Amino acid sequence: MTTCLAPLDAPSARRAGAGLRGLATTDVERSERLELMRSGALGSVHSWELVTAVDGPGTRMTVFLSGCPLRCLYCHNPDTLAMKDGGPVLAEDLLARVERYRAVFAATGGGITLSGGEVLMQPAFAARVLRGAKERGVHTCLDTSGFLGANATDEMLDDTDLVLLDIKSGDEETYRRVTGRPLAPTLAFGRRLAERGVPVWIRFVLVPGLTDDPRNVELVAEHAAAIEAVRPGTVQRVEVLPFHQMARDKWADLGRTYELDDVEPPSAEATEAVREVFRSRGLTTY
Amino acid sequence: MTVQEERQTTTGTAWEGFVPGPWCDTVDVRDFIQRNYTPYVGDATFLAGPTERTDALWARLSAMFPVERENGVYDVSYDVPAGITAHEPGYIDPASEIIVGLQTDAPLKRAIMPNGGWRMVEGALNTYGYPVDQDLKKVFTEYRKTHNQGVFDVYPPNVRAARSSHVVTGLPDAYGRGRIIGDYRRVALYGVDELIAAKKLDKLTLDVEPFSETVARAREEHAEQIRALGELKEMAASYGVDISGPARTAVEAVQWLYFGFLGAVKEQNGAAMSLGRTSTFLDVYLERDLAAGRITEARAQEIMDDFVIKLRIVRFLRTPEYDALFSGDPTWVTETIGGMGADGRTLVTKNSFRMLQTLYNLGPAPEPNMTVFWSADLPQGFKDFCSQVSIDTSAVQYESDEEIRTAWGDDAGIACCVSPMAIGKQMQFFGARVNLAKTLLYAINGGRDEITGAQVSPVATPVPEGLPLDYDDVRARFDQTMDWLAATYVEALNCIHWSHDKYAYERLEMALHDKDVLRTMACGIAGLAVATDSLSAIRYATVTPVVDDRGIVVDYRTEGDYPAYGNDDDRADEIAVDLVESFMAKVRSHRMYRDAVPTQSVLTITSNVVYGKATGNTPDGRRAGEPFSPGANPMNGRDTHGMLASALSVAKLPYEAAQDGISLTNTVVPAGLGRTRAEQITNLSGLLDASFGAGGYHMNVNVLVRSTLEDAMEHPENYPQLTIRVSGYAVNFVRLTREQQLDVLARTFHGEI
Repeated sequence: MTTCLAPLDAPSARRAGAGLRGLATTDVERSERLELMRSGALGSVHSWELVTAVDGPGTRMTVFLSGCPLRCLYCHNPDTLAMKDGGPVLAEDLLARVERYRAVFAATGGGITLSGGEVLMQPAFAARVLRGAKERGVHTCLDTSGFLGANATDEMLDDTDLVLLDIKSGDEETYRRVTGRPLAPTLAFGRRLAERGVPVWIRFVLVPGLTDDPRNVELVAEHAAAIEAVRPGTVQRVEVLPFHQMARDKWADLGRTYELDDVEPPSAEATEAVREVFRSRGLTTY
Repeated sequence: MTVQEERQTTTGTAWEGFVPGPWCDTVDVRDFIQRNYTPYVGDATFLAGPTERTDALWARLSAMFPVERENGVYDVSYDVPAGITAHEPGYIDPASEIIVGLQTDAPLKRAIMPNGGWRMVEGALNTYGYPVDQDLKKVFTEYRKTHNQGVFDVYPPNVRAARSSHVVTGLPDAYGRGRIIGDYRRVALYGVDELIAAKKLDKLTLDVEPFSETVARAREEHAEQIRALGELKEMAASYGVDISGPARTAVEAVQWLYFGFLGAVKEQNGAAMSLGRTSTFLDVYLERDLAAGRITEARAQEIMDDFVIKLRIVRFLRTPEYDALFSGDPTWVTETIGGMGADGRTLVTKNSFRMLQTLYNLGPAPEPNMTVFWSADLPQGFKDFCSQVSIDTSAVQYESDEEIRTAWGDDAGIACCVSPMAIGKQMQFFGARVNLAKTLLYAINGGRDEITGAQVSPVATPVPEGLPLDYDDVRARFDQTMDWLAATYVEALNCIHWSHDKYAYERLEMALHDKDVLRTMACGIAGLAVATDSLSAIRYATVTPVVDDRGIVVDYRTEGDYPAYGNDDDRADEIAVDLVESFMAKVRSHRMYRDAVPTQSVLTITSNVVYGKATGNTPDGRRAGEPFSPGANPMNGRDTHGMLASALSVAKLPYEAAQDGISLTNTVVPAGLGRTRAEQITNLSGLLDASFGAGGYHMNVNVLVRSTLEDAMEHPENYPQLTIRVSGYAVNFVRLTREQQLDVLARTFHGEI
């Protein structure tokens, strides 16, 4: 199962947490491991972290899963690209930690966020964790590029309270250049979420010289507005995240070629101007 | 005529409108508060800004601060030994001050307080270029013994050795111990004459007991207390104020209370001179005047602003060695705000808000040390105002209302940073702290110091050479070394406090206490995170000692990964819990001076830098001389699972084994709290609820970006009021030493991308 997953990319504009402290990793045999992964009992996890305000409302236990089908040039978590590099973690162990933080989630209005890597690379595992979290009354959130949206079953979406949907570019050609993949699955997933009534936060990473072409920005806003139009109220907010260079060392450590070595983060003014493009379509944007 | 009726006639209208109760017959401030205060559950919209007068007065003082920062002191009263009545009245601007009284005859002019020790005085005068009065020197070296001399007459050699090797540091044996809170509210509620009468009654009960050293000491102390109260009245009279009777108005209540505090800081240079829990008490008077139409909200705030201006300019003359330990000229005028009452009503009043509002009206400042007792049950409006003030000023610390109320009642306050005590009923013998990380190195080296090679703790066989360290073996050795440490440490503290009571007794502060007080012996530990991570490394990774030609282990080769304290990982955190519990148990096995109840804190203040300097390489990978993390904090950069995971690790330390407090300092960047201001406020309130809900004891909250601090290091003149919380107190960042500034910058900034 892991062999077919070429090392690819990851989404959000922030670093992954560091480590699996406090989560048991299991030492099961390879054959058994594959069986457990197929059933969703076992996942490949890079790390977890308790964060506030960045991966959904309140304080969240964000779990970074390993493995991603995209290869974004600006990936900030290149160390989560390969599923084989993650630690094997049982869903029940992860849920034990969710259980432990129930009071934290209640006090802060937070919950669990499954991020990556690409969470929908491990749909069975994700579904199990989401179900377990809902059974415990915990708010759930998926942080995804939507490229593998078809992997999400309707039952899984019923267990999802919020989706952070990365639209990495609006223009088909730019999307392909940024991620190496087509844009259409993401947009289809966005429409499906709206149809099912799953709230969405749209995220867009502004990379000078790569995603900041006005036409590209305009198209992202158009796609966001189109998702909102399917069911008004779906797109609760848009987050425009300025590109940063904090991941440069990670790329070097991994021995990967990093194409954005010389790119400077966008200015505050440029970022604000892009936010205005979204706001002009009536979208709440940060 | 009952005592109550009589008092009402003699005190005129002072208590008019107050609900009577037991407080009328005996000194019982808590009872007065409970019967008379008005809980406030609204938001901050009622607050008033500064008046022109306040702005002008504060500007006048602010103009003096740069000179003080430049020279270290603004001025020194070098030839008058301090005392309650030692100095003529002093003013900032007599025409506009509402609350009067200064420590000496001029603002920012520091007094010398030789009862603690002459060496400190002479050292400080030399440092700042003031003459040393030879007559005074003769008095305090030849005729009048000081606390410092007393201690060194009774220190045994093992204590001296532990002290000079820095395994025990910061002991109050050359300076005032502080951390005693007089119940200054009593001055306002009862007036000084009543307090003297009550003390005289107490003394009578001592006079009929047959002589013993304990009884004689108590009689002498009461005589001193009564004398101090008399001087307090005299000092107030020099400002034209008669405080013999109770305060009749809000402004009088503030003035009376402040005089009580002023008397204490005129006489004692304690390590921490805390104010207590005064805002809600004063609210009763403010509410009465507001209801009667005597004052407006703007005036109420103006009175509080003026009070706080006075609290901000408390100064002590200290030496550079002291400053290295406790940087930034702290005085720990700690004020306890908020919390819940035993009956379930919140103790938050409008005046709790006003106290915090001074941080806007006068701008941020480290003093008074604003300390909020946090509870999930606090009114949301107050929670959100606290969070907002933290986000805007980084000048507030939070302590667990539940832990403190359960242990010490609902009229407790904080002395210094995290030390709780029932106001007027309890005091502590401040004991600084021992260096647990260095103790671990002694255990590994058979009692020899890893830097000097000197034998400090009892001789034991060192660890076997060339082999990886074995956890059980090292833990057993550590246990034995901690036995020695606890015995030596308690011996030192007993000597110190015996001497302090004898030669530098806090007569005014103790006059504002009950006759029988609960005393705690406040021990402390530093280097908890280093010791924990070192043991975790030994247990979960492979740690091989590196021995030098003296046969001393001076370094460690650590291979493999180990769980670090600060990630809510029980494997590491349980080691920390074990260390705190076992050292406490060892301390408890010893006999304490004056039958004090032993407690301990996990707190370093800024001394984490100095402790680190005195400690060699440690098995966790920390290099020799590198600072420890402050207080109970995880080591910088090793808490990688977020601010709350870090706080949850610290929350596991059991309060029962650290009743003098567990300090945690957190820095979060604003974006780490939310996209909008409203979101940031809600999220910070939620984080505090979560942390205290999980059993957390304390949290210093800084909301800052790193670049602000970097810029402040380059251009200190642009940041005169930049305030940050360090371990248990706040400082002006620009007044820290460069080394300490760098230490702050090296800390984990949670939420930083």
